[in-house]
Amino acid sequence: MELSAYPLELPPDDRPMVRFMNVTKSYGSLVVLDDLNLDIQRGEMVSVIGPSGSGKTTVLRMLMTLESINGGVIYIDGKPLTHMERKGVLVPADEAHLRRMRASIGMCFQHFNLFPHMTALQNCMEGPVQVLGLSKAEARDRSEELLKMVGMIDKKDQHPSRLSGGQQQRVAIARALAMRPRIMLFDEVTSALDPEVIGEVTEVIRRLVAEHDLTMLMVTHQMGFARDISDRICLFYKGKIEEQAAPEQFFTNPQRERTQQFLRAVKDAD
Amino acid sequence: MTFDWKWDFVWEIAPRLAAATLNTLLAAGSGYAIALVLGLALALGQRTRWPALTFILRETLEFIRSTPLVLQIFFIFYVGPQVGITLSPWVAGMMAIGLHYSAYLAEVYRAGIVAVPKGQWEACRALNMTTRDTYARIVLPQAVPQAIPGMGNYLVGIFKDTPMLSVIGVTELMQTANAIGSETYRFLEPYTLVGVIFLALSLPTAGLVRLLERVLRRKLGM
Repeated sequence: MELSAYPLELPPDDRPMVRFMNVTKSYGSLVVLDDLNLDIQRGEMVSVIGPSGSGKTTVLRMLMTLESINGGVIYIDGKPLTHMERKGVLVPADEAHLRRMRASIGMCFQHFNLFPHMTALQNCMEGPVQVLGLSKAEARDRSEELLKMVGMIDKKDQHPSRLSGGQQQRVAIARALAMRPRIMLFDEVTSALDPEVIGEVTEVIRRLVAEHDLTMLMVTHQMGFARDISDRICLFYKGKIEEQAAPEQFFTNPQRERTQQFLRAVKDAD
Repeated sequence: MTFDWKWDFVWEIAPRLAAATLNTLLAAGSGYAIALVLGLALALGQRTRWPALTFILRETLEFIRSTPLVLQIFFIFYVGPQVGITLSPWVAGMMAIGLHYSAYLAEVYRAGIVAVPKGQWEACRALNMTTRDTYARIVLPQAVPQAIPGMGNYLVGIFKDTPMLSVIGVTELMQTANAIGSETYRFLEPYTLVGVIFLALSLPTAGLVRLLERVLRRKLGM
């Protein structure tokens, strides 16, 4: 599909928070995502699951604009993210456009990626001060409130090297939230954690789902957690959505052969 | 032939050598300052979006590293005037040393920057930071402690290379020792003293660099 065929903006009555429209991603001849179409509604929590190499992490990375796309368009709240309007048609976005659009998206990573030379509090304040232009005092208030919420206020002056994985991930969640994103992305945020601290991170995410109207997209291997908190589960297989459904339906009555196989394999591993 | 060391003579020439030591330190210090700044600029210049600039800088640095410092000193000092750039021995010497060592320091910085994990860049992007803030606040503060041992080696290196400035008449240690020798026909004491002074300054520098690295790493919580 030609770029000129994509709308400059989505119509007001059809504006999901996120829309992937015919999105393709490949590295050389390796197709990672093949003609992906996916909507995420305002306030919805969608969990992406699937075997490794199925392209699920790429979905998040494209949305965070960490990866470019090879085809299609991603829309955020009806406006193109990966492209911008020039003379009445969409062209690939420049850095200024990406920076404008990225402001509404936050992301947490598998390996936390906290800044090692800053304390927990400084990590949280960095974005609000440098990017949003908040005063130090405002940024501190906002950051301390969030560190309180994730239960890390008593460690606010510690550097990441002094924190456990679970603690680092909670700080990373606070850091992302300090930017007040409308969309939060969680990329296997518990995969690098020791089993006994996974709960403290999932608990924070649970509370986010319960108390905030964030739109969330989460890649996870924790089926039980995904089932508990998601509005919808998406199974990726070889760069395509194999099946998607509400958690109850997805886990109790999967329609596709591959979904059944995948769920069986995960169950055996547990 | 006797080994005939004269302490009187040592005391006599000590003030001149001490003054020359200051010049040597000044030459090494200002050359290093130029190299630190220029090296960083050259390292960052290779990481822009323009492949042509990267190519030109990389080849230029390769050229600087592959030709002798003494040739670069001569070139700036003697060939410069032919193209209308006349510099005093001091300025020409500083520029040559600064330029030469910037080529090495650029590589040290580059290695430090490359060693910063990819996840740090991605976190900056996810926080919507500008490229400038990403470098200034996140990447370089992590890259520099990494680069300190290499930077320290070149500080000692630059110091030991200052005698090359004697070829264009900068009155640093070597030049002064030569002058004393040709005035008095005594070479043993001046050259020995020059060696002792270099040793006495190089050894503590290496120790200080190691200390600085430790302090910096601790301060940055790493």
